[in-house]
Amino acid sequence: MSRIGVFICHCGSNIAGTVDVARVVEAARSFPNVVVADDNKYTCSDPGQQSIKEAIVEYNLDRIVIASCSPRMHELTFRKMLKDTSINPYMLEIANIREQCSWVHKDIEAGTVKAIDLVKMATAKVDKDTPLFTTTIPINKRALVIGGGIAGMQAALDIADAGYPVTIVEAEPSLGGKMVMLDKTFPTMDCSACICTPKMADVGSHPNITVKTLSEVEQVSGYVGNFEVTIREKAKYVDYATCTGCGLCETKCPTKVASEFDQGLGQRKAIYKPFAQAVPSKPTIDAAHCRKLTSDKCGVCEKLCPTKAINFADEDKLTTETYGAIVVAIGYKLIDWGALYGEYGGGRYSDVISGLQFERLVNASGPTEGHITRPSDGTEPKTVAIIKCVGSRDPEKGRSYCSRACCMYGAKHAHQYLDKVPDGRCYVFYMDVRTPGKGYDEFYMNTQHDGAVYLRGRVSKIFEQGGKLICKGEDTLIGKQVEVAADMVVLETAMVPADAADRLGSMLGVTRDKDLWLSEAHPKLRPVETNSGGIYLAGTCQGPKDIPDSVAQASAAAMKVAILFSKDELESNAMIAGSDASLCNGCGACVNICPYSAITLEEVTRRENSRMVTRQVSRVNPGLCQGCGACTVACKPGAMDLKGFSDEQIMKEVEALCQW
Amino acid sequence: MKYAYFPGCSANSTGISFTLSADYVGGRIGLELEEIPDWCCCGTSAALVTSADLSLALPARSLALAEQHLPGLDVATPCAGCFASLKGAQHYVRRGTEQRAHVEQLIEMPYAATAEVYSFLEVMAQPEVSEQIASQLTTGLNGLKVASYYGCALVRPADVTQFEDPENPQSMDRLMELAGAEAISWAYKTECCGASHQISEPKGARLLVERIFADAAANGAEAIACACPLCLLNLDLREAEINATRQARGEQPFDIPIYYFTELLGAAMGGSAKQLGIDRHFWPAEALVQRAVSPSPAEPVLDDAGLKPDSADAPAAAPTAAPMAAPMATPEQPAEPAAEAPAAAPAEAAATPATAVAKEVADE
Repeated sequence: MSRIGVFICHCGSNIAGTVDVARVVEAARSFPNVVVADDNKYTCSDPGQQSIKEAIVEYNLDRIVIASCSPRMHELTFRKMLKDTSINPYMLEIANIREQCSWVHKDIEAGTVKAIDLVKMATAKVDKDTPLFTTTIPINKRALVIGGGIAGMQAALDIADAGYPVTIVEAEPSLGGKMVMLDKTFPTMDCSACICTPKMADVGSHPNITVKTLSEVEQVSGYVGNFEVTIREKAKYVDYATCTGCGLCETKCPTKVASEFDQGLGQRKAIYKPFAQAVPSKPTIDAAHCRKLTSDKCGVCEKLCPTKAINFADEDKLTTETYGAIVVAIGYKLIDWGALYGEYGGGRYSDVISGLQFERLVNASGPTEGHITRPSDGTEPKTVAIIKCVGSRDPEKGRSYCSRACCMYGAKHAHQYLDKVPDGRCYVFYMDVRTPGKGYDEFYMNTQHDGAVYLRGRVSKIFEQGGKLICKGEDTLIGKQVEVAADMVVLETAMVPADAADRLGSMLGVTRDKDLWLSEAHPKLRPVETNSGGIYLAGTCQGPKDIPDSVAQASAAAMKVAILFSKDELESNAMIAGSDASLCNGCGACVNICPYSAITLEEVTRRENSRMVTRQVSRVNPGLCQGCGACTVACKPGAMDLKGFSDEQIMKEVEALCQW
Repeated sequence: MKYAYFPGCSANSTGISFTLSADYVGGRIGLELEEIPDWCCCGTSAALVTSADLSLALPARSLALAEQHLPGLDVATPCAGCFASLKGAQHYVRRGTEQRAHVEQLIEMPYAATAEVYSFLEVMAQPEVSEQIASQLTTGLNGLKVASYYGCALVRPADVTQFEDPENPQSMDRLMELAGAEAISWAYKTECCGASHQISEPKGARLLVERIFADAAANGAEAIACACPLCLLNLDLREAEINATRQARGEQPFDIPIYYFTELLGAAMGGSAKQLGIDRHFWPAEALVQRAVSPSPAEPVLDDAGLKPDSADAPAAAPTAAPMAAPMATPEQPAEPAAEAPAAAPAEAAATPATAVAKEVADE
């Protein structure tokens, strides 16, 4: 006979507003094996926890039910509370009468009846709870940071400064990400390269950091503390050990290609450093455009190189290493507006450019040396239209969310244009101006004082007429259609998840939200953790952000890694699957269904029916198992059970619900 | 290549030239059209403003009849307005069983929306049909600068009409290029012609038409091609009036004839202005197309392939050698130019040599 205590929480009026708590307490007293039932205004508070502890002693309880909010909210809180008592922390069931009851119902009678049912089920389940125990797993104190933009670099530097070795994997030939492409940063207008390139140099020279550029994560296995990661370092065709970065090869290379770094507005060579301050400050060969590699002609860089660092026979290198934690900082890309916005010319007009292209135009080391000129004819635009929310807040054509940074960088572009072209006119089409942030709204006000004309409304169409780009739109504040004959149009386009998010998300077991951003474990309370242990998010891979927020999140992720690495061992999850070898028939259905590759088939020799039998049975790796329960459903002979969610317990819950 | 044919109310009235020219091109490329028995008016915008149910029931009724009497055939219609109405009903019924039941109850007939609905432009733009058209071309249009004008009914709402590209459609441009014209790039290809507002709100609506002409002219168009009877009527009928206003303002008048795209295709196949209905336009349209199909120096050759066997003006016995260049009918035939239209026929078009057969055609 178990001795169950049931504690019903009011959660202020969150629960008590729709559920008659006194009736639930009364009902709980009648459930089998319930010794005591009580209620509390805030069970999770110190006094609330104290009263449970006292009840455990007073009534000699051996298990408890707490009817409150979602177990995702406070199950851990109450397990920690039980550590100070005689009860095993897993002899606890949470009945979720808030999110799944009071919050979704308005009718007190219906809410109360449902709450009683939920408590009845939890009471039936807790009756079959067994004590569970955690094990410990060792932690490999090396971190992997995927992505070398500002978030990845900040996370790597913080982890490295805490004393742990870090490897940064960057897909591009240089660190720096999107930030280093920007000209100035709002609201202080400090030069982006001036604050970003020192960080790049710090990362490049930090004794605890290994930088792998032009690389990507090929495969990840293992679990928190023990990830086995295979990294593909793509062929650079330049031996970085001997290359001095003198740049002679680059000056003599005959092949010119549109520069990715300059967003197609400038050119680079086939052997190139993407920009002057690149880290590592050494060139790579673009195999798709190099004459030697495509048609076995030229090879001038090889002939000229004073240190003989060119190696046309270079190949991709695969290395596998063990890491204890992974920080994902793969950033964002800009939405492909050309494919979505035919009304803006769909890319047919070369003077309709993206905000990132404008950054390169206005940058002193950009293709025009900072002179704002039209890509089509090189003339200075005297009228510029800036259109915000292109792809953002547009569920019909783009994404429903706000990209957060565009209002500020849109104001920055207007300010920069009016600064460089004093006799120019600048029109900003907007839906709302959202400038929450330190010094942000002041910056927007200053831009208006600079002379930027803000028109509240969207542009419905852009077309070319007499050498001008006619922007037809609406000024919703005066309720009239407006037309702006612009020389150049800047589209402030939406941030969308990077291409790698899909592949990496499934490889790392990190879910993606409805907009396909990588999901944090909790939107408020666990913003840098993911649902996979040991994997953290930093920067815009989790959602649109500006630079300050990206840096803050990166440091937070680094702190989480440092906390993990501060221990030598980690407590494993106790609620994992386990297979009963006497029932297992070795069919392997569980092996195939397990999303974490935690189950293997093993040959065992055991006594069955009075004789020794050798056969295959499944075995669960406790470090890898995340307790999802998929295997228990797939198991036909019923050998697989999830601790804390056994088949028997779930049947008891169903039975309790069906007693009328 | 067989379709259930929904002619629409304009087919034998204001849009007769569309019917004539589409029949001509269809005959040449082997397009079979079977008229939907007992079809009715699609309701157009008049039904829409009267009642939502009416605007669903009218097109759905004709589509249901097509499904019943011409099973397995997709529906084709020349008129862009009819296309939009038919598509609207089809789109609504395809949204779900509830919507289908609603429409079936309105029309008291089963309607499963299995058949697709195509505009003539979409029919002709299909790759295999375009190939057929290419094989029938004789003279071509010799670089005539054409602005392809799609109007709004074909392309919007995009999720209902499902037209190739609502912002920068290309199908008519490609057909014009195929026929030897130069499809100019311009900005007003999907702008509204004013539709019935030309009658109810003439002051504002004229401006819409004038802008279309202005942008076509600014981009060097010699002609505008369209695929909607109302678009053609609004542009063709108002050009003279707009020119008068412009001249009063001291602005340059336009001289841009408007054609159905099928008229230009037919002309490029050797069809005569009369066969194609080009002689029925308000703004004189024969001279320009005559000039376009007569490359100078012209090499007059007989054409037989272009004429239907049962056509009275078919030449008795003509050589079948291909390719051939056949000049259009001479421009001397009686036309009905708008009163204030400027003298349109350029001298070189009038001077085009004409064969005996061509004269015969013109005399018909």
